[in-house]
Amino acid sequence: MATKSEIKLLGTPASPYVNRVQFVLNLKSIEYEYIEENLACKSELLLTSNPVHKKIPVLFHANKPPICESLIIIEYLDEIKPDVHRILPSNPIERADNRFWANYIDNKFYPLYEELRLTLGKEGKELIKKQIIEGSVLLEEAFMKFSNEKAYFGGDDIGYLDVVLGCFLAWTKFVEKHNEFKVFDDVRTPRLAEWTKRIWSHEAVKDVIPGNEPIVNFYMMLQKYKPPGAV
Amino acid sequence: MAGSDDVVLLNFWASPFGARVKIALAEKGVVNYDYKEEKLADKSSLLLKMNPVHKKVPVLIHHGKPICESNIIVQYIDETWQNDDPPLLPSDPYLKAQARFWADFVDSKVRFSGIWRTKGEEQESAKKEFIDLLKVLEGQLGEKPYLIGESFGYADIAVIPLSCWFYALETVGKMNIGQECPKLIEWVERCMERESVSKSLPDPHKIYEYLLEKMKKLG
Repeated sequence: MATKSEIKLLGTPASPYVNRVQFVLNLKSIEYEYIEENLACKSELLLTSNPVHKKIPVLFHANKPPICESLIIIEYLDEIKPDVHRILPSNPIERADNRFWANYIDNKFYPLYEELRLTLGKEGKELIKKQIIEGSVLLEEAFMKFSNEKAYFGGDDIGYLDVVLGCFLAWTKFVEKHNEFKVFDDVRTPRLAEWTKRIWSHEAVKDVIPGNEPIVNFYMMLQKYKPPGAV
Repeated sequence: MAGSDDVVLLNFWASPFGARVKIALAEKGVVNYDYKEEKLADKSSLLLKMNPVHKKVPVLIHHGKPICESNIIVQYIDETWQNDDPPLLPSDPYLKAQARFWADFVDSKVRFSGIWRTKGEEQESAKKEFIDLLKVLEGQLGEKPYLIGESFGYADIAVIPLSCWFYALETVGKMNIGQECPKLIEWVERCMERESVSKSLPDPHKIYEYLLEKMKKLG
């Protein structure tokens, strides 16, 4: 059983990739120590534990060398404590399907938010917003397929894709307000609009999702270190 | 035994991603599957139906169900076909995480189009970046026979298709990868001793011709 000191998580409150790991730690009742990182001035710990990417989250488990990349960490946690709140299904084709959509969310969908921030000019931004909306429709279809009329991607309770997509909700809210559009709305993506409210209030999620302040601070940092118009 | 019934692979011969899938299938003894070569400029209706989101190869179709994204396909193959050999992914969760990390590393970090798309200073910069990344892989290899340990597996499968591009990149970029990364080349040769690898990787000379054609089209 993982005691508090056995698992440590290096992260920042505004990082959705860190948040999703925290959801899983909560769902599996794994106690952990949270170490806050300052991304504007990366610590020795981060630079030595993730020299390849220099990114959070990083998970430390007992004396083992660190584990990096949020989706890899999530599968690791699922494997060391499989009997409590299974995250990925056991069927190979369902696992492949879940991993496919996680890959889509991380490599195609969410990067659009950053592209939107970096794009200057109304026309450019409208094009990106259109892509985000097209993506939301794909995700709505995926939700229908996975949930099978139930409350979550995982069925009756939170599963892998709920965690993978759910972590982006605070940023989604921010991007929607900032750009005056809806990513998930009641007409175009009614099920995901419902799911958003449901997941936001879930036990394992509600205390992890950051409030507006960390998001705004993170946004200001991005604007400063990676200003719009930069390639 | 490994059933090849109802296994279809949609691929493009030069795709390093497709090569991963071919290696994994061969490792599991899945042979005689239905291989369909795709023309990337004229994608088949089957491909568009089976991978509507990305419209890319490789796609594995098993009992009519598509599986997309090469690393995901390799994991599916490992989970679906089991034989007497060690699994492609280590059973230890920590080593499994390491294997996944290095497979992901190739996809998220390794880029080499700068070597053939650019000239002068930009090209030198692209060459250096590529060699630096190969050295990181060499660092992971250390004194081990394979990337994660004693057995050939998932991480090796993810990385080895890069090697069929080395000849083309060395010729076009005027570089010597063997000189810079001798241990990595030893690992490449070790992997190539496996039939699953040598039969699945495209011929480096054909890759070079393919690259020359691509460069010609760019002008």
